[in-house]
Amino acid sequence: MEFLWNGIKEAFNLWIHGDSEIIEITLRTLAISFVATVLALALGVPIGAVLALKRFPGRAPLVALVNTGMGMPPVVVGLVVAVFLWRSGPLGGLNLIYTPTAMVAAQLLIAVPLVIGISLAAIQAINPRLLDQIVALGANRIQFLWLIIREARLGLLAALMAGFGAVISEVGAAIMVGGNIAGETRVLTTATVLEAGRGNFEVAIALGVMLLVMAYLVNLVFTGVQQQRRPT
Amino acid sequence: MGALVGPDAARTSHRASDTADADTADANTADAIAKVAAKITVRDLLVVRNGQTALEIPVLDIPAGRVTAIIGPNGAGKSTLLAVLQLLLRPRRGDLRLDGAPMWGDALATRRRLASVFQEALLLNTSVRKNVETALGLRGVARRERRPRAERWLARFGVAHLARRHAHDLSGGEAQRVSLARAFAMEPEVLLLDEPFGGLDAPTRVALIDDFADVVHDARVTTVLVTHDRDEALRLADGLAVLVDGRLRQFGPPRTVFAAPADEEVAALVGVENVWPAQLCDVTDGVATYAVGSHRLQVAPAGQASAPPSRALFCLRPEEVTIQAPSTVLPGKHSARNRLPATVVAVEPVGPVVRLRLTIASEHRAGAAAEKLIATVTRPSLETLELEPGSRVIATFKATAAHVIPRAAGDTG
Repeated sequence: MEFLWNGIKEAFNLWIHGDSEIIEITLRTLAISFVATVLALALGVPIGAVLALKRFPGRAPLVALVNTGMGMPPVVVGLVVAVFLWRSGPLGGLNLIYTPTAMVAAQLLIAVPLVIGISLAAIQAINPRLLDQIVALGANRIQFLWLIIREARLGLLAALMAGFGAVISEVGAAIMVGGNIAGETRVLTTATVLEAGRGNFEVAIALGVMLLVMAYLVNLVFTGVQQQRRPT
Repeated sequence: MGALVGPDAARTSHRASDTADADTADANTADAIAKVAAKITVRDLLVVRNGQTALEIPVLDIPAGRVTAIIGPNGAGKSTLLAVLQLLLRPRRGDLRLDGAPMWGDALATRRRLASVFQEALLLNTSVRKNVETALGLRGVARRERRPRAERWLARFGVAHLARRHAHDLSGGEAQRVSLARAFAMEPEVLLLDEPFGGLDAPTRVALIDDFADVVHDARVTTVLVTHDRDEALRLADGLAVLVDGRLRQFGPPRTVFAAPADEEVAALVGVENVWPAQLCDVTDGVATYAVGSHRLQVAPAGQASAPPSRALFCLRPEEVTIQAPSTVLPGKHSARNRLPATVVAVEPVGPVVRLRLTIASEHRAGAAAEKLIATVTRPSLETLELEPGSRVIATFKATAAHVIPRAAGDTG
């Protein structure tokens, strides 16, 4: 238990003294996670909307694929991205392996099925008669999609939180495609693994606590937006 | 373009209104509607669902500036017809025109000339005012004009004080008022209503129908109202279309449809509870005498060009029957030509009136099958006449109150 207590004290020390390396790792973690989450939303919400609203041949296998993707082990995603980006791989010429871009790509693949799956469920939960009403109000396609997103915003914010939670807490793929290079691709999760491996449990616990607090604060903001129901 | 009557409505039917005045008023209404240009024309409409014909309407004209009610039993195709008019359902076949232009030509532009209200108030997940303003925004109403117009129509429907409330925090009646206010605020050319009062409790419904009637008649907007409530149709509609099994059975002024239904199913729908097989005996001075069981009953098919059918169904609304004590002496010039001795079988209070189930005594043959008769009386009449099961009474009705429709060849009833 002393480990834990010391770790929490260490976390306070790191925050209070503003350790530059920790701040850099934290900012990088936030940046990679936000970029991956935003891209996952941009890609996942329209796909989820199409799957929720349209009926076409092959839809059921696609939905099953999305549902499978929601439970895909991140390390497998990391392996696939690493194989593609490896110097001798199909996309090796891009020289992206062990870069933050590669980490964003891997995290995007992890988050997209979650965003699609939750968006699909959220949009499907809208009363189909309301969809008719929106069409009858005279909405064009873009207005229709915008109003649908507004109606499903509680569920879509859940998709946002799930996507963000998945990418910020991910470690396996981040190490495989990022390489945990100090000053370049080291993020809070990979740094925690590194410090724990070295036996620096206080520092590892401190990093873990920081990760948790950061994830909590970000989700607090999202939840605040999600639960803000009363219009002004 | 002014043709109002559906293809099946031209079948022979005979009735006369209660009074000459009512006859004239009815004829005037029918005439007035027939002269109104059609706002929407439907031709050769066919909707198929699950391999079966859900709707087949060769001709239907919705008159401009009038309220047209569509009634029919469950599954008759009322809401399907409305969905077709709302451009929410593309028919297998059919030519739909709004002011002569194909409705599906530019579907979005057409939809923006219509407004729809459904049975469930389908409001967006935002404030009451934003619900109206968003709808106006979709139709390109200038931002500065949205709020005053929203507030004006919310006030017209008595919900201005709810403008800042969240739409999902409203009662059913309040939500439907907002829904109607939103529809009117869009200033549509055609208002399409799918049982908008159906989900409301009785007092809320009555109050909202009153307000709606005022607004819709002031606005003179072309309105199509789907309802299963015949009182609602009678109260609000200028024209009444009856759909049965996806086909238009009758279309005309409500009083005409209610008093002279085109067939037995329409009769049942509009509350004609007494329908008896009848055989024509003779026609004298415009009054036809029919054999109904062992009785001779008279009907005055005034104003009808065609001859009364020989094999007929004799139709009589319960409220047209007057119940009297057997000892009542009728004045010499009493206008009730038909007089039937009957026995009360059951007394059933129905809202403000009492429904009586009676059997008509056979006139000639003891033990002959008795016809059933349904009549309504007021509560004071019930008490005055001391009616109870077993009471013997005299049921009378005017020849002008009855109506006959041709009996199908296969009907041996």
